[in-house]
Amino acid sequence: MEGLISLAVKSIFIENLALSFFLGMCTFIAVSKKISTAVGLGIAVMIVQTLTVPANNLIYSKLLKEGALSWAGLGDTDLSFLALMSCIGVIAALVQILEMTLDRFFPALYNALGIFLPLITVNCAILAGSLFMIERDYNFSESVVYGVSSGFGWALAITAMAGVREKLKYSDVPPGLRGLGITFITAGLMALGFMAFSGIQL
Amino acid sequence: MQAETKKVLLDPLVDNNPITLQVLGICSALAVTSQMSTSLIMSLALTLVTAFSSAGIAFIRNHVPSSIRIIAQMVIIASLVIVVDQLLKAFAYDISKKLSVFVGLIITNCIVMGRAEAYAMKNPPLESFWDGIGNGLGYSAVLISLAFVRELFGSGKILGFDVMPLVKDGGWYVPNGLLLLPPSAFFLIGLLIWAVRSWKPVQVEKPDFSINHAAHGEAH
Repeated sequence: MEGLISLAVKSIFIENLALSFFLGMCTFIAVSKKISTAVGLGIAVMIVQTLTVPANNLIYSKLLKEGALSWAGLGDTDLSFLALMSCIGVIAALVQILEMTLDRFFPALYNALGIFLPLITVNCAILAGSLFMIERDYNFSESVVYGVSSGFGWALAITAMAGVREKLKYSDVPPGLRGLGITFITAGLMALGFMAFSGIQL
Repeated sequence: MQAETKKVLLDPLVDNNPITLQVLGICSALAVTSQMSTSLIMSLALTLVTAFSSAGIAFIRNHVPSSIRIIAQMVIIASLVIVVDQLLKAFAYDISKKLSVFVGLIITNCIVMGRAEAYAMKNPPLESFWDGIGNGLGYSAVLISLAFVRELFGSGKILGFDVMPLVKDGGWYVPNGLLLLPPSAFFLIGLLIWAVRSWKPVQVEKPDFSINHAAHGEAH
């Protein structure tokens, strides 16, 4: 239990997907102009991350890992090179299913999140969550915690970024730095802030 | 025809750079640039994947219904990335360990998807191939210049060779540790964008608000 809590804190603050691994940067920069849309996207990422990381964990450990197929009499088959393909397939399929489910049963939520869902398939934070899970060899309960908390960390980062940018648009930025340039520098300063957490030992 | 190929190939280098103008593929640009060797491998991998996936997608573009095109593109891209990943593991194991998940993340690198959607779905295979190479080179140019600055000033080396001897080894250069840390990549890209846009003012974005001097009733 203690291990899980420290994993959660670590993946929200210390190893924040957006600010210390630079994942999901394209959407992070493109969709952080307004707080309301940023929160919407953040929630969508969190939901998808919570579903895909454990799902990929099950698929990887029960089907693809070396020796995982021993129940089928294929003890020494190693399909782990298929991990990339299966991860992205699972993500694309789950996002599609989530979109259809929301559309059918929660139309209000679908209208709020709908436009962001297709974006999420190609959000590197989601795929990276699954790949990190494989690389670090998390078990099932760890993967659930990791999915929720890394998604939350990303949502936190994009919301904070949108807050800064909403204020920033009134400021007088040098022409060449306007828009994209100043956004990068802001993100850099935020990443420095998040580095303050890195000294925390758990 | 020749001019067209040249334009497709050279445009993404500065005028329509995938990173500084199209805002695509930033994740890996920031994460792998603390060393030259990793960025060179990453640039090579991405250029090849973009070129061949664009060509492959352009090849089948008339046979794929648009409702399932994303999945079809994903399958092509993912297969190519698996090939690259396995090749790296076989021939450059140390570097593939250093790049960790970022090779896999080429699948979701927006440059690959973006070029597939924006160019390869509308153009024949050969042009799409050149477009992929061009955008890959635009990406590589940014990646390599970032890595050059970060490795040279962060650890006094280029590709692992000592250029500026460090103080701790009896030399004169005090390394700037900030450049090896993740946030420095953000600052450098921000400054790079500033430099490119000062050179090419067409790329400057319009401000959301402007100070209206007339409204203050100033009589100059």
